[in-house]
Amino acid sequence: MTRRVAYTVIHETEYPACGVPVSLAQHLLHLIPRKLPWQTRESGQITIEPALAQLEEGEDAFGNPVAWLSLDTPHDGLLVRAESHVTVIGRELPKPDDSPLWESVRDSLRYHPKPRSADSLDALRYLYASPRVPRDALLAEFAATAFKPGLPLLVATKALMDLIFKTFTFDAKATEVSTPVHEVLKRKRGVCQDFAHLMIAALRSVGIPARYMSGYLLTDPPPGKPRLIGADASHAWVSVWCPRNGWVEYDPTNGIQPDVRHVTLGWGRDFQDVSPLRGVILGGLAQAPEVRVTVMPDSEKAAPRSPAGA
Amino acid sequence: MPSSILSHYPYRPDSYDELFGEDGVRPHWQEFLDHIDESSADVLKARAAQLARGIQQNGVTYNVYADPRGTDRPWSLDLLPLILPTEEWRGISAAISQRVRLLDALLGDLYGDQTTLAEGLLPPELVFGHKGFHWPCKGIKPAGGAFLHLYAADLARSPDGHWWVIADRTQSPSGAGYALENRLLVSRAFPDLFRDLQVQTLAGFFRGLQRSLGSQAPTDGEHPLTVLLTPGPFNETYFEHVYLARYLGFPLVEGQDLTVRHDTVYLKTVSGLKRVHAILRRLDDDFCDPVELRADSALGVPGLLGAVRAGRVLVANALGSGLLESAALPGFLPGISRHLLGEELMMPSVATWWCGEEPAKAVVLKHLRELVIKPTFPGGGSDVIFGDQLDAPQLAALAARIEADPSAFVAQELVKLSRAPAWTGGHRRKLMTRAMGLRVYAAITPEGYSVLPGGLARVAGMDNTRILTMQKGGSSKDTWVPSDGPVSTFSLLQNTLRVSDLIGETGTLSSRLAENLFWFGRYGERCDAVARLARLALSRLSEGRRTERAGALSVMLDLAAGAGLIEGEVSATPLAKAELDLFRAVLDRRAECGLAANLQRLTWCATQAREHLSLDHWHALKRLSAEIESARGRVSDVSALLEFLDEALTTFVSLSGFAMDNMTRDMGWRLHIVGRRLERLDNLSGRLARFLRRYAEVAGPLHRELAVEALLELCDSIITYRTRYRAQPELLPAMHLLTMDDANPHALAFQARMLSNYLKTFETDGVELGVAELDRAFGAVQAFPWAHLESLCPEPERREAVLQLADLLDHLARAGRHLSDRLAMRFFSHVGIAGQATFAA
Repeated sequence: MTRRVAYTVIHETEYPACGVPVSLAQHLLHLIPRKLPWQTRESGQITIEPALAQLEEGEDAFGNPVAWLSLDTPHDGLLVRAESHVTVIGRELPKPDDSPLWESVRDSLRYHPKPRSADSLDALRYLYASPRVPRDALLAEFAATAFKPGLPLLVATKALMDLIFKTFTFDAKATEVSTPVHEVLKRKRGVCQDFAHLMIAALRSVGIPARYMSGYLLTDPPPGKPRLIGADASHAWVSVWCPRNGWVEYDPTNGIQPDVRHVTLGWGRDFQDVSPLRGVILGGLAQAPEVRVTVMPDSEKAAPRSPAGA
Repeated sequence: MPSSILSHYPYRPDSYDELFGEDGVRPHWQEFLDHIDESSADVLKARAAQLARGIQQNGVTYNVYADPRGTDRPWSLDLLPLILPTEEWRGISAAISQRVRLLDALLGDLYGDQTTLAEGLLPPELVFGHKGFHWPCKGIKPAGGAFLHLYAADLARSPDGHWWVIADRTQSPSGAGYALENRLLVSRAFPDLFRDLQVQTLAGFFRGLQRSLGSQAPTDGEHPLTVLLTPGPFNETYFEHVYLARYLGFPLVEGQDLTVRHDTVYLKTVSGLKRVHAILRRLDDDFCDPVELRADSALGVPGLLGAVRAGRVLVANALGSGLLESAALPGFLPGISRHLLGEELMMPSVATWWCGEEPAKAVVLKHLRELVIKPTFPGGGSDVIFGDQLDAPQLAALAARIEADPSAFVAQELVKLSRAPAWTGGHRRKLMTRAMGLRVYAAITPEGYSVLPGGLARVAGMDNTRILTMQKGGSSKDTWVPSDGPVSTFSLLQNTLRVSDLIGETGTLSSRLAENLFWFGRYGERCDAVARLARLALSRLSEGRRTERAGALSVMLDLAAGAGLIEGEVSATPLAKAELDLFRAVLDRRAECGLAANLQRLTWCATQAREHLSLDHWHALKRLSAEIESARGRVSDVSALLEFLDEALTTFVSLSGFAMDNMTRDMGWRLHIVGRRLERLDNLSGRLARFLRRYAEVAGPLHRELAVEALLELCDSIITYRTRYRAQPELLPAMHLLTMDDANPHALAFQARMLSNYLKTFETDGVELGVAELDRAFGAVQAFPWAHLESLCPEPERREAVLQLADLLDHLARAGRHLSDRLAMRFFSHVGIAGQATFAA
């Protein structure tokens, strides 16, 4: 029987009131989970406080759901709340040994003046440098530890993921939103976004297309403790293009291949394409927004306790 | 008859010479050459001088470095035009108009279905690996349908006489404005020739662009408003932005002048938000919208892409069009042309090899010594490299770099550029020749693309230079294409350009410009007041404390302290310390209330409103800033500092005279004058109040008299006083002259009356600025019992009256400040601070 897990995801981003009003706010939101063969979306709703904001929904160039928010009434404090109900369906993992040699995948993507299939053209979108993912010899050298000559692509990719998982330290304090990949490589610590960017950069540097996946991960509360509302965070992982198998996902932060614990928002070349919220505000005090995420399996519907009461 | 100018002509048979061929002078040059030959060296020199003056007077500059204090280099223009035969031009024109159609179609394909990629006609890396491919633009169909509205191509002519395309400019091509200015100046230098040769005019081209932007824009039936979006005065081609904006009649705006509300773009003006229907931009793609494109751009318009996506505004060229600026692209165009247009490409590009293709790379590595190596993408980090200038180890190093990252490199065949005659500028009638390239322009019109009949010819700065850029010291030429039919005499240029043209009608005076003109007025006045106070305090200071003028000195030092020029309590301050403070206040920018700091603010406002100032005044300000810089190290004694202050005051006085004399009386001017009057009201009432409080403490008639004399001098009213009263300075007449006399431009009454008059014209549409509060405050001063100031009045009563008047004046100063705040709220409230970009995970 297929494994299916239904989730409720609540993602709140709040610019707290600070006494200095914001006269104009314009944001781009990637907060509604994408519909996928392995993920159904029962509902996805964004609400804004104050309610005066204009919200327009659509799809971005990568096919992700997107919403444009604009608020031109002066306001002190802004809350963006996304609530989604999705069901994630278990996937068969491809057998790594059966995948094509990584060099052959690399070579198949080189340019020849001939027509090209739609899926390999799609893969090529994710092969080159992007705003937050450089591609160079140093990164290729890092990848080479895993990408040994003659290895099947998915064997080498798993080795690369394990390399990052085992030799890098997760450290929420180590990085900011914009830590350059080379910095992460040097310091050997970071957060999920850093590890995803690093793995993507390494893959692309050896000629393999890789996507940045944005979404959530179901976490387990400490044994015997209830789940805390707002204690989760958004998550990032990696998807690799394999000609026979399509896109195959890897989570270098946890050393696992995503299954039913990962909820997908969408994907892009890197964080910048799919950051849950980006935008410009005029006025205010340049405060960083607060982010609160709750990922809850619907099987836990028994009311969890809020952090305030914990 | 002097010998022909050609007797020393440096003809080089190894290049194509534009003037001279194997059979002698080319026929289309003959008439021009005959004319030159008949002119004496003096006549030609005079024409060259006239040309140089024109450049100077019109303020044609090319800003070499984007540095606020960088020098504006005068534009370089050669006296002789480049002449191209009519028939040859027809071929060029047809080829360029085909090429822009092709590139427009290619942008449509790449931001649409990408069939050229699926068919393998263009390497995907040149799109997906190009920073200029903006994903958020994918799928957008631009309003009006076209991606390219203004396009430029750089052409070169090889020794066999054929033209080649060297590069395409698809984002926001520069230079068309310089071509216009060149035409204006060179046609004036040779008016008869220009007419006799029936040179095709340029105005029709720009009129076509002007019309088509308006007609293709989504207007919903409104009269189209097109603006020219500039990155600002620090851009190297800012002169051109100003020039084109005036010429085309488009308001010149910066990103913060525009705002997007409900997917609609608006210009923030003093009369509220006005919808913008089309934007001709000189801002690069990635800077245009910090919400969806480059987040760290403070120059752009947040939400612009949304408005474009909604089809509510036309942006020319379409956002994302920088994608086609790649050195690798030309090699693939012949195939793309067959695929998209079903046509053969008419003008070839220079032979190009993209090293990302294995066979191409092999060719390049084999012939490296004969080729020109360029980065594939603009800003690719490496310069243009000429293989024949490298020695063996350098060639090997270059080959290694190409092997390491082949797709980052493009090789082009080295074209030996044609040579054009240029004026030597010397005393002898002699020509030289320079390597030459031609930038040509195409613009969209309602009838399709049209090509500018002419262009910007660029010549190398030195005899052997092979790269043509204005940044590296090259020069430019006008380009003449004679006509075989009647020539249109249509001109978009008005006879003269007046300030009213620059500011535009009141309705489109942008809030930012209005605010800068207002503060330009305030800071101009403030600099004047600060300089006057410092001068007076310094000169009294040099006389010392033990003289009969000690009373005047203490009053002046107190005023200087009140104005923030001297720190601390004056009576306790040693004179040497006060003098040091005054030096610092004049010369050191870190002294917040001082002259240098206020001059810097004044200069900033002037920069922001620069296109509204005459060149002379702009230069006067720049000179003063430079002098203050040099004075800081040089000036060490009081007399030198006083001399500097005298000079500075002359500049400030001329600035204010310029405003009265040279600026058109429109909304911008009125705000400027209101700024001056408000500042003077604020300074004067504050100082008079402080003076009165201090005066009450001064003992002895002589000290008091000299204090009043100093006050009159400070307020620039001593001469008026003397001619009017022919008596020693006394408090009552002096105060009356400085407050009540509305014929004295240095009196409060004058400021109050002018403010009241101007501001009432702003209060028409039911707008309440609170002029009444100012009127009331001034009324209270008028109602003051002046008799109590008579020296015959008993001292305690008189003292009380002095303090009462001081209170009334403080009250007036406050009313002025309230008025200033309300003005700002009413007219400048749309001026936002730059937005902050945020990301949240």
